[in-house]
Amino acid sequence: MRTSVQDMIAQSKGKKNKKFIEKLIPVILFLIASVSVLTTIGIVMTLIIETITFFTRVPITDFLLGTTWLPFSNKEAQFGIWPLIVGTLKVTAIAILVAVPIGLSAAIYLSEYATDNVRRVIKPVLEVLAGVPTIVYGFFALTFVTPVLQSLFPEIKIFNAISPGIVVGIMIIPMIASLSEDAMSSVPKSIRDGALAMGSTKFEVAMKITVPAALSGIIASVVLGISRAIGETMIVSLAAGSTPKFDGDFAGSIQTMTAYIVQVSKGDAGYGTTIYYSIYAVGFTLFLFTMAMNILAGYMSKRFREEY
Amino acid sequence: MRYIEQETVVRRMNGRMIINRLFQGLFLFATLLALLALVILLYRIVTQGAGHLSLDFLSNFASRFPEKAGIKAALVGSIWLMAVVAPTSIILGVGSAIYLEEYAKKGRITTFIQMNISNLAGVPSVVFGLLGLTIFVRALALGNSILAAGFTMSLLILPVIIVAAQEAIRSVPGELRDASYGMGATKWQTIVRIILPAAIPGILTGSILALSRAIGETAPLIVIGVPVIIQFLPAGVMDTFTALPMQIYDWSSRPQAEFQTVAAAGIIVLMAVLLFMNSIAVIIRNKFDKSY
Repeated sequence: MRTSVQDMIAQSKGKKNKKFIEKLIPVILFLIASVSVLTTIGIVMTLIIETITFFTRVPITDFLLGTTWLPFSNKEAQFGIWPLIVGTLKVTAIAILVAVPIGLSAAIYLSEYATDNVRRVIKPVLEVLAGVPTIVYGFFALTFVTPVLQSLFPEIKIFNAISPGIVVGIMIIPMIASLSEDAMSSVPKSIRDGALAMGSTKFEVAMKITVPAALSGIIASVVLGISRAIGETMIVSLAAGSTPKFDGDFAGSIQTMTAYIVQVSKGDAGYGTTIYYSIYAVGFTLFLFTMAMNILAGYMSKRFREEY
Repeated sequence: MRYIEQETVVRRMNGRMIINRLFQGLFLFATLLALLALVILLYRIVTQGAGHLSLDFLSNFASRFPEKAGIKAALVGSIWLMAVVAPTSIILGVGSAIYLEEYAKKGRITTFIQMNISNLAGVPSVVFGLLGLTIFVRALALGNSILAAGFTMSLLILPVIIVAAQEAIRSVPGELRDASYGMGATKWQTIVRIILPAAIPGILTGSILALSRAIGETAPLIVIGVPVIIQFLPAGVMDTFTALPMQIYDWSSRPQAEFQTVAAAGIIVLMAVLLFMNSIAVIIRNKFDKSY
């Protein structure tokens, strides 16, 4: 027997549990969506609570003002964060020196000069470069870049800040290139055409029209790149060494904040020791650094966006 | 009255064109430099590791002797890890995306969740390791098991999956939705039968790319305390395990030069797994690329 549409509507109205499901689903989905918020709360709470425990054993002034990081010393362990920050900044500085010129050049080339066919080849390759695991980059830094640098400059040690810096730079090139290119591509074509019609060369269009108009997005991409470089762990763990130093030496072994966390984690620092809690204090410092950069990037791209 | 001097114009224009050419060459050179880096990296790893690659390498456990060292435990461990990460992160990610796109009202809470997701994406992976160590390993007493590592990795890639799923859901045209409502379907019926099927290619592509990030991620595993030398295969999610990037990290950091060859061979296996996952993503993208 065939049921008419009216019958089906009547039947469906009778179903109580269907209404119940319609009410229940949003609640379940809301709970799922709150997992990401809980994760953030979990990260912040974990870092704060364990860092406070750390500060009950090591005075906060020693941590913030000290310039010696000697956690494994038997006599008198010292926990001054600055050597780790300096190590992180050394690697980040070199990474930015490598990534910004190359990344921005690639972005300008892709958005102003490249034909569609060239773009179709280069963009996927950049995506591959972005998808290479950091452990692979670390291996590359240790077994290729460092030996090459050593053969050019014999004073460079096996562990140094330069080689991981260069490789972290290579790692963030795709990010800076693709975010900057997005910003440049969103500059309307009509403005470009106007400048070209007035007799500008493509280079002049890029320098006087596109880059200034896309500047907020470009700066945001660089700031995000800095954030990624600060948080990068495996490349520096493999190639930068484990000697926290408060100086300006790039050629010898250093240690970054992330590499210290890895060094302690793979050793046997027992649960509850001061060294165990120190990785949370370092992690918290790292978290604040990257958070500040991410907020700055968000602010830059919103605040200075030019509307067309 | 003076006319424009053609000679001066031509001379200046030529100069500007030369500068233009020069910088075009410079920009192209820089772009090629980035591509060259990738070529050198792949070439180095293949030439170093290919010699050690064999069936024995895939079927042997880790060893003190480089010539006997194999990757079996790490490969199987990574597969186990994915078996936990894939369902956990996709359910959480797609659920969040459906809530944000379909149910959430525009307002403070939604803006807050959205902002929180983009900030979470910028947190370094080693910090996620600290979260996993405190919550999953210690507080929930899961130890350095597959489950603890899997949950940590799931949270790490959650923002990526949420954003990809949101974009996929947003790109489903409004007419489909209206048609479904017009036929008398409820909201949930519309989501399950109309929106999700239309958004599935985008969701899957984004999820696979996120999972391939999780499979190559090392730092959180080290912080959680995942061991390296494992001589058995895990039998369940509560067992300890090791993973491909952990094993590669261990081999790379050994002083003996022979182990670098082994590490390179391990990297080839890891890259092959990534290539496999990415080609699935590309196939899905091409096969289901329906345009409405």
